[in-house]
Amino acid sequence: MSQKHEKLIDKKGLRLDGRKFDELRQIKIEVGILSNADGSAYIEQGKNKILAAVYGPREVHPKHLSLPDRMLLKCRYHMAPFSVQERKSPAPSRREIELSKVIREAVEPAIFLEYYPRTALDVFVEVLQADGSTRCASIVAASLALADAGIPMRDLIVACSAGKAEDTIVMDLMDTEDKQGSADVPVALMPNMNAITLLQMDGILSLEEFEQAVNLALEGCKKIYAMQKEALRAKYVDAKEVEE
Amino acid sequence: MSSIVVKVKQKQIAQLIAKGKRLDGRGLKDYREIKIEQGIIERAEGSARVLLGATEVLAGIKIETGEPFPDTPNEGVLTVNAELLPLASPTFEPGPPDENSIELARVVDRGVRESKAIDTEKLCIEPGKKVFVVFIDVYVLNHDGNLVDASTLAAVAALLNTKMSNYEYEDGEVKIKSGYMPLPVKKHPVAVTFAKINDSLVVDPWLEEEQVMDARLTITFDDDGNICAIQKGGSGFFQPSQVLEAAQIAKDKADEIRKQLKW
Repeated sequence: MSQKHEKLIDKKGLRLDGRKFDELRQIKIEVGILSNADGSAYIEQGKNKILAAVYGPREVHPKHLSLPDRMLLKCRYHMAPFSVQERKSPAPSRREIELSKVIREAVEPAIFLEYYPRTALDVFVEVLQADGSTRCASIVAASLALADAGIPMRDLIVACSAGKAEDTIVMDLMDTEDKQGSADVPVALMPNMNAITLLQMDGILSLEEFEQAVNLALEGCKKIYAMQKEALRAKYVDAKEVEE
Repeated sequence: MSSIVVKVKQKQIAQLIAKGKRLDGRGLKDYREIKIEQGIIERAEGSARVLLGATEVLAGIKIETGEPFPDTPNEGVLTVNAELLPLASPTFEPGPPDENSIELARVVDRGVRESKAIDTEKLCIEPGKKVFVVFIDVYVLNHDGNLVDASTLAAVAALLNTKMSNYEYEDGEVKIKSGYMPLPVKKHPVAVTFAKINDSLVVDPWLEEEQVMDARLTITFDDDGNICAIQKGGSGFFQPSQVLEAAQIAKDKADEIRKQLKW
């Protein structure tokens, strides 16, 4: 939000990477790529490269944290020191602690926690390279890792951001748009219940612009949802072929 | 252990809300009584105590000199910290800030920062070298729900109360002179928090309601009716229509509460 270095949108209405306002970046998703984890997923979205792994249900440590009526869900969002331009200290920053909390609260409504009382479920997200909207991409990967681990869920959780670049509301912010744009609205959705499980905003938006941004983010969610299901199917269809 | 009590309470609270009533007698869109007292800590450059019903928050402002961030060499620095003091609630424990106090600080920070409440360019002493650093420390003294709104209000009230010493800048040294000037405060962000209980929205949840709510939504508005920060919290969800409804309500509520700030 400092001085503008370059125009975020050119005369033709195209963004720095040539996208239209309602276009997602290239997304590549893989499911089940870590052999030790109970479930895992990898996502590339633009230059974002993010790994998510799920361990559990397993024993709770320390024991006194265990819940008598449901599973304890834990989440850690962490960025690699080399994931950003200036080296980031590997110690968890305040931002990472907040994001760990909001990502946990974004996936929690989808999970049938009450099926596994007195156990713990760990969700680990590692951002290997960051390129804007990492919390959304992290949620997309985390929910696939949960599904891959066979955790009973109401739906997949999908997330997408929208924001304001110059005077236009745009979908799926990249790093420069996040830093130089004037607002960022990440949204996570459980599509089959039309339920928003994560909503944040920073920047300045009028009520009308905010409504536009939420709708654009939800549109993006629906597109990514199809890719998520495709990625999940790809893993298990392939597995079947190998067995045969 | 407490989950049975919570379930019983939730039923009672939800039944009342369905009739448009609340346990403490308020309407669904009513705030508790707000009291603001400014300048109660003389050693601080600015301070304010906010009572929101029985929720009590003290915000103190300290100002020091420091280096600007490399990407904003002409701007002063804003830092927000929040402490959930163990004396404020049986559930708060001493120790380093947990995720709740970090979230609280970051939501207050987002409101103040994104609304550009402080004219940070006026806090520059020498570009790229020396600027003023404004520390907002939020001290929660009694927790009876809705800490975000009380803390944002306390932070802004404290900023409005802040006096900086006059100074002279010579050979890279800041010399304090006699007299004071006010901190350049341009905007007055106000946070409005909702709790979702059994698919209904209530404004300014108190502790009993927070214990049974499915989810929470904070929307912060600036003086011009623009949204400057949003945070959803809690393990439930909102329908898209509820979010837009909340934003409409919050806009009016923010204007109403802003009238209680004096500047």
